[in-house]
Amino acid sequence: MAIISNAVTIADAGAFSVGLGAMTFIKELNTSGGAAANMTFHHGTSSVVLDSTYPIYKFVFSNMHPATNATFWLFQANAVGASGFNETITSTTFRSVNTEASSNGQVDYIASIDQAQGTSFQNICSDGDIKTDNDSCISGELLIFNPSNTTFVKHFIAHTNHMVNNSQSSDNYIGGYFNTTAALDEFQFKFNSGNIDSGTIKLYGIKDS
Amino acid sequence: MGVISNGTTLLDAGALDSGVATGAMTLIKELTASSSATLSFVDGASGVVLDSTYKEYIFKFINIHPQTNNVDFQFNASIDGGSNYNVTKTTSQFNAYHNEAGNDQVLGYNAGYDLDNSTAFMNITNDISNEGDMNTAATFHLYDPSNTTFVKHFTGTANNNYNSGGYFQNDYFAGYLNTTSAVNAIQFKMSSGNVDVGTIKMYGVK
Repeated sequence: MAIISNAVTIADAGAFSVGLGAMTFIKELNTSGGAAANMTFHHGTSSVVLDSTYPIYKFVFSNMHPATNATFWLFQANAVGASGFNETITSTTFRSVNTEASSNGQVDYIASIDQAQGTSFQNICSDGDIKTDNDSCISGELLIFNPSNTTFVKHFIAHTNHMVNNSQSSDNYIGGYFNTTAALDEFQFKFNSGNIDSGTIKLYGIKDS
Repeated sequence: MGVISNGTTLLDAGALDSGVATGAMTLIKELTASSSATLSFVDGASGVVLDSTYKEYIFKFINIHPQTNNVDFQFNASIDGGSNYNVTKTTSQFNAYHNEAGNDQVLGYNAGYDLDNSTAFMNITNDISNEGDMNTAATFHLYDPSNTTFVKHFTGTANNNYNSGGYFQNDYFAGYLNTTSAVNAIQFKMSSGNVDVGTIKMYGVK
C-alpha cells in the first residue's frame, strides 16, 4: 500500500519515498561494558553496514581515553575475507600544536608517523602521545571513501584534536589511501599500547543521492 | 494504527518505526544576524538543545559579514547558562592565504591568534573585510560539551576575505575547552563592532 498525500508518494513498497536525511547512524561502540582492547566494525556483524550501501562512511570518536599513558590512537582495515588488519597504506600527517603554558605554537609535517606502502596501523593523533590524566582524551572524525569499490584505491581523511602528554592541544590532519582494489569491510581502532579505558565511536553512512 | 507497506512497518504508535533509517544530523536552531552584537546558543532557551542529547554539535556559518572593517570572528563558551562566556581554552590556528594579484601565497602558523589556557574569545577567522560582497563561511565541531569527566575538544575551518578583499584565507583552528564542567552555551561575535548580516545553523549529531 502506498501512502500518497497531495499527489506526492510518501511511502511505497516498504520504504519511505521522501528524504529522511542524507547521513544515517549505523552503529555505536563504547566502553559501557568496561575497557576494551580495541573497537572493530565489521560488515554484517552486530548490525554493522560497511559495503556499497553508502559511498562515504564517517566514524566519530568522542572522548577516547587510554588506560596506558603516552599512547597513540590508531586504525587499520581488512579486505573482505582477510584478517590481520595489515592493508597497505600510503599517508601524510601534519599537525598544529600549542601548549597551555606559553605561546610556542607551530604547524609542521610529522614524517615519523606517515606511511609509504606500510602495513602498520595508521596513527591518527600525529606524534603527540595521549595523556591518561582523568580529563585527557582525543576526539575527532575519520572519513572513508567508497570502501567497497573494486576498481580504485580507498582514500581516507581524519581530523582529530587531543591533549598531548605535556599539556598541549594538538590539531591533527591525516590523509592517505589503502593501496588496494579489494573491497574493505572491516575497520579496527585501538591505542598502540594498553586498553581503551573509555570512549565512544559512532559509525555513519552518507548517501550520494 | 500502524502504517505497514509491503510487509514493513513504517509508522506505529505515533512515531517512525525503529527500523526506518532516518537522518543522523538534526537542525536544532538557526540564528540570523541583523546588526547583532552577539549571537548566542543557550541550552534551554529559544529551542536550543546543548546538552547530552547529542555527542557532537556542528555549527555552520554562512555569509557572516562584519560592520567594521578588518575584524575577527570569534567564539567563547559558558558553563553557567550564558551568564559568563569565559571558559579556559588552549588552542591552535594556522592558515593558507593568497591574494587576488597572485603574487603572495603563504601557509603558516598564526602565533598571534592561538590561546594558552586563556579565557579570551577564540578567533575562528581573522581580519574580515567589510566590503559589500566579502564574508566568512565556516564550520565548527564541538565534541560532547556536557561531559563532566573530560575536557571538550573542538575543531573547525573557515574561509574569509581580508585586507579590503584583496586576499583570501583558509583557516584551520582547534583546541580544547579546559574544563570538566558541562558547557551549556556558546557565543559568537566580532572582535569589534556588530555582525552586520549572516546565518548560523546549529546541528546535533546522533
